[in-house]
Amino acid sequence: MEIIKPFSQYLAAMLLAPLLPGIINRVKAFFGGRRGQPALQLYFDLYKLFRKTPVYSRTATWVFRAGPVTGVCALVTALLVLPFAGRPSFLAFEGDFIFLLYLLGLARFATVLAALDTGSAFEGMGASREVQFAVFAEPAFFLGLAALARVGGQTSLSGMFAALTPETWRVAAPVLALLTAAFFIVLLAENSRVPADDPNTHLELTMIHEVMVLDHSGPDLAYILYGAALKLWLFAALIASMVLPRRTGSWAGDSALFLLAVLGVAVAVGVVESVLARLRLTKVPYLLITAFAFSALALIFQVGR
Amino acid sequence: MNTFAELIIVVVILLDMALAVTGSLSGCIRLVAVQGVVAGLLPLLAGGGAAHGVRALIFPVAIVTLKGVVFPWLLLRARDRSGARKDVEPLISYPASILLCLGAFIASSWLGSRLPLPETNVAWIVPASLATIFTGFLLITTRTKAITQVLGYLVIENGIYIFGLALFVEQPMLVELAILLDVFVAVFVMGIAIFHISREFDHIDTAELSELSDWRSGEYGK
Repeated sequence: MEIIKPFSQYLAAMLLAPLLPGIINRVKAFFGGRRGQPALQLYFDLYKLFRKTPVYSRTATWVFRAGPVTGVCALVTALLVLPFAGRPSFLAFEGDFIFLLYLLGLARFATVLAALDTGSAFEGMGASREVQFAVFAEPAFFLGLAALARVGGQTSLSGMFAALTPETWRVAAPVLALLTAAFFIVLLAENSRVPADDPNTHLELTMIHEVMVLDHSGPDLAYILYGAALKLWLFAALIASMVLPRRTGSWAGDSALFLLAVLGVAVAVGVVESVLARLRLTKVPYLLITAFAFSALALIFQVGR
Repeated sequence: MNTFAELIIVVVILLDMALAVTGSLSGCIRLVAVQGVVAGLLPLLAGGGAAHGVRALIFPVAIVTLKGVVFPWLLLRARDRSGARKDVEPLISYPASILLCLGAFIASSWLGSRLPLPETNVAWIVPASLATIFTGFLLITTRTKAITQVLGYLVIENGIYIFGLALFVEQPMLVELAILLDVFVAVFVMGIAIFHISREFDHIDTAELSELSDWRSGEYGK
């Protein structure tokens, strides 16, 4: 009976993930004074794309076809170790946060290779930028998770977030506040959200993530869109578990609160996108270095405590 | 309550980093003012409340007025009168500055754990003060404007003030006021000096103030 809960948590994450981009778009539409597309738009898009026949360029090889599938598989696997509402996931093991990081790296690697494989100059440029920003984003994320491991004294993600209680927030509030800020910046950069990248832009010169997936079509594009939604869910879930350590005791109550917090993170992303302009491309590393500094400070604080 | 004091310490360190990356001169002046005010409020929170009634209140009020209102006003005035460019013109890049700041914080937490100091009731106060002092030195050495030298001096003063808080919760009021007066006179005099420098030399770039003559380099023998 106990195996049901982790499975339903996992299924909930897989099914609800495409909702987050819809929420963000609705918030942006609200700020812009528009009605906006339906919140379930991504589900319709995915359904439509899965029925289409993909088109492949003659220069593209199997690397191009393998990219989206590898990416989405890596993220589906990454969700296996992600805790849900402070409850352990069913694949939790010691040191699984490194596993998570490498899965995210693998997904990025697959996307970048697929982009390079098209032979298009634009996509190569996007790939180069994606990797350049990842150089700054990954250390920030890694150090942040290391600091979190240090706070809870655990090395599995489930253990880390299970060890977070309201008491932890009372004792180590500065550390957790810094980590939340760092993770939020990493979320914005990793999911190509506004201060780092604009998901709506159609100008190849300024795009980062969107330009890499220009040549994908049909189910391949659906895989990429779904993978992006899963990645957004992953980061939003990490932040939600961090700011919401309170346990009501009942599994259903916890899960409901957690889902609300994840949606709250999506709303926060939407608000940030509405009130901020996109940073100049050369300024994005500064933003990510700030996130790195936040994570590093949190780690130093926790070690020196 | 100590968690709150720790949050203030974190704010002080974040302000250090912000100082390391801020490009605008007026932004820097405001950040230094905010840091002074935040540091001035710290004893109210860390010292265990109203231990000495009026005395515990007067001193923070004096600090907040001086560092939060008078200094920014003097410095902004000096900046406007010198007619200098609006950015700080750093000698090293901003990411390098922030990494140096971070390294300074790591070094000072190591140093803070080595120093034979009395036990403080707020964590990280010694590393934060040392890191703030280092940020002051960073501002002095890697920025070329004369005003940023004054700012660096003020940041160092903030750091020393926080360090004093860590060591002595009970400082003689006379000493504190004397330090404050010294700082005030220093900023006042430096503000005037900057104005005179810019009037004499048409700039306040310290890189070109290294020679004690009005000959430019390369013009010797004329």
